[in-house]
Amino acid sequence: MNPELLDFFLLRDSSIRTVVLGSILLGVGSAAIGCFALLRKRALVGDAVAHAVLPGVALAFMIVGTKDPLALMIGAIVTGWFSMVSMDYIVRKSRIREDAAIGLTLSVFFGLGILLLTHIQHSGSANQTGLDKFLFGQAASLLTKDVVIFGSVSLLLLLIILFSFKELKLISFDPDFTKAIGFPARFLELLMTTLLVLAVVVGIQAVGVVLMAAMLITPAAAARYWTERLGVMILLSSLFGIVSGYGGAFISYLEPKMPTGPWIVVVASLTFFFSLLVAPGRGVIARALRRRQNVRVTLAENILKTMHRIGEVDGNLQGERSLKEIQEYRMIPLATLRRGLARLVSDRYVQERVGDRWSLTPEGIARGARITRLHRLWEVYLTEYVRIAPDHVHDDAESIEHVLTPELERELEGLLNRPESDPHQQVIPYR
Amino acid sequence: MDAFWIILTGTLAGASCALIGSFLVLRKMSMLGDAISHAVLPGIVIAFLLTGSRSSIPMLLGAAGFGLLTAFLVETLHRKGRLQQDASIGVTFTWLFAIGVILISRYAGMVDLDQDCVLYGEIAYITFDMVSIAGVQVPSAVLTLAGIFLLNIIFVLVGYKELKITAFDPSLAVSLGISATFWHYALMGMVSLTTVGAFWSVGAILVVAMLIAPSVTAWLLTDRLHQMLIYGVLLSLVSAVGGYYLASFLDGSIAGAMAVVSGILFAFALFFSPTHGILSRRIRMRRMMGRAERGEEDLSSVQNI
Repeated sequence: MNPELLDFFLLRDSSIRTVVLGSILLGVGSAAIGCFALLRKRALVGDAVAHAVLPGVALAFMIVGTKDPLALMIGAIVTGWFSMVSMDYIVRKSRIREDAAIGLTLSVFFGLGILLLTHIQHSGSANQTGLDKFLFGQAASLLTKDVVIFGSVSLLLLLIILFSFKELKLISFDPDFTKAIGFPARFLELLMTTLLVLAVVVGIQAVGVVLMAAMLITPAAAARYWTERLGVMILLSSLFGIVSGYGGAFISYLEPKMPTGPWIVVVASLTFFFSLLVAPGRGVIARALRRRQNVRVTLAENILKTMHRIGEVDGNLQGERSLKEIQEYRMIPLATLRRGLARLVSDRYVQERVGDRWSLTPEGIARGARITRLHRLWEVYLTEYVRIAPDHVHDDAESIEHVLTPELERELEGLLNRPESDPHQQVIPYR
Repeated sequence: MDAFWIILTGTLAGASCALIGSFLVLRKMSMLGDAISHAVLPGIVIAFLLTGSRSSIPMLLGAAGFGLLTAFLVETLHRKGRLQQDASIGVTFTWLFAIGVILISRYAGMVDLDQDCVLYGEIAYITFDMVSIAGVQVPSAVLTLAGIFLLNIIFVLVGYKELKITAFDPSLAVSLGISATFWHYALMGMVSLTTVGAFWSVGAILVVAMLIAPSVTAWLLTDRLHQMLIYGVLLSLVSAVGGYYLASFLDGSIAGAMAVVSGILFAFALFFSPTHGILSRRIRMRRMMGRAERGEEDLSSVQNI
C-alpha cells in the first residue's frame, strides 16, 4: 500500500488526526439527534436553525470583539434557539403553516446574519477574517483547540441522548401520552430543541450553513430503511455519520483542493442511496421483489382456483383442460396464462398433457381447493359478521384469499362453524 | 441613479418571487422553493463549463433543468422510496448543492463562480454591467429580471384558474380534467427560472425570502387570491426600498437588508393585521367578552373569533 495512504488510515500524522477526528466528531452528534427530528417530521427545522445561527455569531463578535470560539458558539446557540421558538410561535398563533414558517425564519434570520456580517467586514476590523467559516464550514482547517471544544459538545450530546433515551423516545412518538403519565413534557421538548441547536452549531463547522440539513437528515433517513427500532436506528445513523466524516476527510486528503464539507455530504448521500436501494424490508429492490412475488403467487393461485372450479362443474377435478376452457372461466391474457402454467408445472401443481392441454396434480387440487375454501369462507364471514350484501362480497374475497394464513383459516372455520356452502350456495370444499 | 437601479432590481426580483411564491405557500411547498434555489447550482456550473460564458440563456436552461430534476427527485423519493416529504427535500437539495460546490472547486480556475455570490450575490454590483437601450444605459440584470417578471405575470394570468384550483382543491381539479401533475411541474419550472434569474443579482437567500415572506404576509392581510398576489408584489416593493436604505445606513449587504425588512413587515402583519393579527384578534375577543358580560351579545352564536 502507498505509504501516504497508510499514514491516513493509521492517523499517524497529527494534522490528519485532527481533521479526521474533527470530521467524525462534528457529524456524529447531528446524525444521532437527526433521528428524533426526522421521526417528528421536523427534519427541515434543522435547516432553518443552521441559517439562524449566523446573526448570533455576528452579534457575538460585535460584542466580544474577538473570534473566541466559545463566545461565538454561545451567540450561535442563542439565535438558533430563538429561531426555533419563533417558528413554533408563528405556527401556533397564526394561520401560517409549518413549511412557510420554516422558510420564513430561515431566510429572514440569514438575511440579518448576512447584513451584520457585511457590516462587520466593511467596518474594517482587522481580526474579523474567517468569520465566514460559519457560512461554508471548513473541517480541513480545524485546529486541535476547535476539535476539543466541538468534540466535547458532540460527546455531551450523545451522553444526554443515551441517558434520556426512554423519555426522548416517548415524547417523539406520543407527546400527549407523555403529558398524561406525568412526564415533564415541556422540559423534554425544551431539551430536544436544545440538543438540536447544539448539534447544528457543532455540525455547521464541518459543512457550513446550507449543507447542515444533510448532516441531520441524510444519515437518519438512510438508517430508517434498515430498521423499525429507534435504538438501532440511532446507532446506524451515527455509524453512517462516522463513515461520511471519514470518507469526506479521506477524499479531501487525496486531493487537497477538494473541500471536505461537500464530500462529507456526498458520501452521506451515497450511504443514503445505497440504503434506499438494497435495505431488506423497506428498500426499493426488496419491495419490488416482494411485489413481483405477490403478483406471481396471485396468478398461480388464480389459475389453480379456476381449474378447480371447472373440475367442480363437470365433476372431474383431474380433467384435462385447454387454454381456451380456462380463459372462458377467467379472462387471463394468453401470454400471462402460459407463463403461470409453466411455473405451476415446474412446481408440480399442474401437468402438461398432449395437445396443449393441462391437468391438476393431487397437490394442485389440494391448493386449488384451499383457495376456493378461503374465498367462500370469507364471503360467509362478510355476510354474517360484517353484514355486507351477498352480491358485494366477491371482490373483497378475491384479494383476501391470497393473504389468509393457515391460522386465520382455522379461526374462520371455528368461528363460522364449518358452513356447508357460501352465500351463493356453492359448496365449500373441506379437507 | 444607482439607487434607482438597485431598488428596481430588488423589486423586480422580489415581485417575480412573490407572484410564484404565493402558490408555493398555498400548496404547503414553501421549502421546495428553498430546495430548488440551492439545487440549481450544479446546473449553472455545468452550463458554464459547456458554453464557457456567463451569458444568461444557457445558464437559465441548465438551472431550469436542474430545478425540474429537483422537483422530480423529491417527488420520486417520496412516492417510490417511501421517504417522508421533508426528509426527501432535505436529502435532495443538499446532495445536489454539494455536487455543485465540488464542481466549482474542481474547475476553480475555469469557473468565475463561487459559493458567496450564489448565497448572497451582491446586488450593488449590477451597475457594473450596463447595456445601452435607445441611448439609455440600463443594467443588464434589470433587463433579465424585467423579462422574468413579465413571464411570471403571463404565467399567472394564463394559468390563474388552473393554479388556483390545483392549489386549493386538487381532487376537484382532477374531476374538472385539469392535470395536477402538469401544473405542478409547470409551477416548478417557473420557480426554477425565476430563482436563477434572480440569483445573479440578488443571491439565493433573498430569493428564498421573497418566495415566502411577501406571500405569507399578504396571506395574513387578505383571504382573496388575487389580492394576495397584488399585496405580495407591493410588499416586495416596500422591502426593496426599505432594504436599500437600511443597508446604506448600516453599510451592509443590500440583499440581506431586504430580507430583514420583509421579515419586519411580516412581524407587523402577524401582530397587527386587521383580520388575522394576533393582537387584533385578542382585542376583538376582549370587546366581545365585555359586550357579553353586559348582556349585549349572545356568545353562543360566535363560532369564529
